[in-house]
Amino acid sequence: MLDLSKYQSLGAALKDALDQFANETCLIESDREREKERLTYREFQQRADPLARTLQDAGLEPNARAAIIMTNQSKWLISAYAIFFCGGVLVPLDYKLSPDEHWQLLAHSATRMLVTEYPIWRQLAASAGRGTATSLAAIYVTEAPANADLAGAQRWEDALSNVVAPVFVPRTRQDVATIVYSSGTGGRPKGCMMTHENYLEQCVALTSFYPFAPGFRYLSILPTNHAIDFMVGFFGPFICGATVVHLRTLRPEFVREAFPKYKITYVSLVPLVLKNLQKGLQARLDALSSGKRKIFNTVVAINKALTKSHPRLGLSRRLLKQVHSGFGGELRAIIVGGAFTEPQTLQFFYDLGIPVANGYGLTEAGTAITVNDLHPFRADTVGKPLPGMEVRIVDPGPDGVGEIYVRSKTVMSGYLNEAELTAEAIAEGWLKTGDLGRFDPAGHLQLFGRKKNMIVTEEGKNIYPEDIESVFESLPVKELCVFAANYIWPRRTMVGEQLVLVIHLEPNQSLTEDLRKDISLLNNRLLNFKRVHGIVLVEEDFPRTASLKIKRNILAERLAKFDRATAIVKL
Amino acid sequence: MRTIDETTQEILDLAAKHFNVPAGTLAPDDDFFKKLGIDSLQTLELLSRIENHFNIELPDYEVQGVSNFRTLASRIQSRL
Repeated sequence: MLDLSKYQSLGAALKDALDQFANETCLIESDREREKERLTYREFQQRADPLARTLQDAGLEPNARAAIIMTNQSKWLISAYAIFFCGGVLVPLDYKLSPDEHWQLLAHSATRMLVTEYPIWRQLAASAGRGTATSLAAIYVTEAPANADLAGAQRWEDALSNVVAPVFVPRTRQDVATIVYSSGTGGRPKGCMMTHENYLEQCVALTSFYPFAPGFRYLSILPTNHAIDFMVGFFGPFICGATVVHLRTLRPEFVREAFPKYKITYVSLVPLVLKNLQKGLQARLDALSSGKRKIFNTVVAINKALTKSHPRLGLSRRLLKQVHSGFGGELRAIIVGGAFTEPQTLQFFYDLGIPVANGYGLTEAGTAITVNDLHPFRADTVGKPLPGMEVRIVDPGPDGVGEIYVRSKTVMSGYLNEAELTAEAIAEGWLKTGDLGRFDPAGHLQLFGRKKNMIVTEEGKNIYPEDIESVFESLPVKELCVFAANYIWPRRTMVGEQLVLVIHLEPNQSLTEDLRKDISLLNNRLLNFKRVHGIVLVEEDFPRTASLKIKRNILAERLAKFDRATAIVKL
Repeated sequence: MRTIDETTQEILDLAAKHFNVPAGTLAPDDDFFKKLGIDSLQTLELLSRIENHFNIELPDYEVQGVSNFRTLASRIQSRL
């Protein structure tokens, strides 16, 4: 592993990694059963350098922003490296957003250059939002068919034929490296400005718990724009000379095959996928004859007893060979993040000898704040603070639960173009997370729900209710707004979060069957994870500011007086 | 060559079989997340079954944001 304390920027560290590990395998890309590509670090550099030069020739100046909208693949990482090489600021966007949402974020970030893949570009080019991103000067599209209409874009592959050497542009630790949109695409985009130092420090802390080395293979499934995959599926493995494996299709059967095929060392998953894996394994165990199941349960009990104080990978692999060979036999840990994971799921895997590295983090804090150090494994907490993280509980109640504040070199420098929002989030270096927690006597953090009006889905999506309201605007009611139910009625839980639509009807209006149908119809237009689960009717006018904005906290206080169970009319 | 209606009907039958619901209970405009109570991963599983049936390959991005059978059928029809 490179000594990151010597580096000022992601670009400088990555550049040295490409030299130091030139002959190691850097990337493997597979599409279904076909292996599409296998690159060494030297070959990676041979592709990235011409791209960097092309970007420079096209005017990517230091500090200019360049966005990537792509599914996980080698070209994502090659493009990101080229952008850092030029001293550019990377804007990694979620490929699952709609074209209009993409254009909104490209405009908000004043992006100069865009790298995307053809199927996504086809939709972007046809979208009405295209005119909004006025700063966009060049667009590079990958894998476009030979006769495709590129609608003003250029072929990414053509950029690789540039033979002039690029000029490396140094950056300092305090310069912005990326702008990561944590959420909030409908109303007020929140672009977290992450510095080079944020990443360098986070990487040192994380690799001290979960090290990489040449020969380690990380399976990249979480979107690379996500802070976790960016760190453990790009920067972390690269500065250690490890291999990143990409799959072009994420169908469960191909993901399952990838583990033994590539002898995966680490993988990161969202809780939903982990639970799905658990279901699959459980079904196989349930199908065993009662005699075999008895033997299996005994072996699991032995493994559990022997790994009580810390994981013993070699031993678990021998004891539970069949389970481990299904994962390739070299899996060291499953990293789970993006949302809260239920303790029973974590325990299920640990008992089989597969440690699950859970933790707690926020994009604003630079990926992870706490991680489970596995010494011993604790399924009931989100682990201890990483080295360099100061974590405190503010205004704790009698039970010790209060808001979690974090101070660290990994905390973002602020939200792009949002000084007021930044000042609300960070005070004297302390990031107010909006999450509720407490420390147990062993120094492990336990989570107890959220203080903020937001939910996180099992797929790791942050959803701010304000972003959903525009969809319901056409409803013929006096006024409406959307809340996270747990924000109104705190339940001190991280599971079962729901959104509710609060409606104030016109005088003499009632919640008719037709109105309910209209609400359902609009609700169905939303992606499934953004839908509201029920309606709450109120009879008073919403409290508003002088500029007529809804005073959400006061309205929430009023609603809190209702009984949750009877107030929510299910849709 | 199948018509779009035939393709749609075959998808409805496959989905009913895959998720173990009585044939005829699913309609083209049904939102499959809601009607079947499934998540995005389960739709990927259904997709694999559909691919085998129609002998096509449907990249993941083609079904991004699709939530009803009619739209899904039109994506598949364009690849038949």
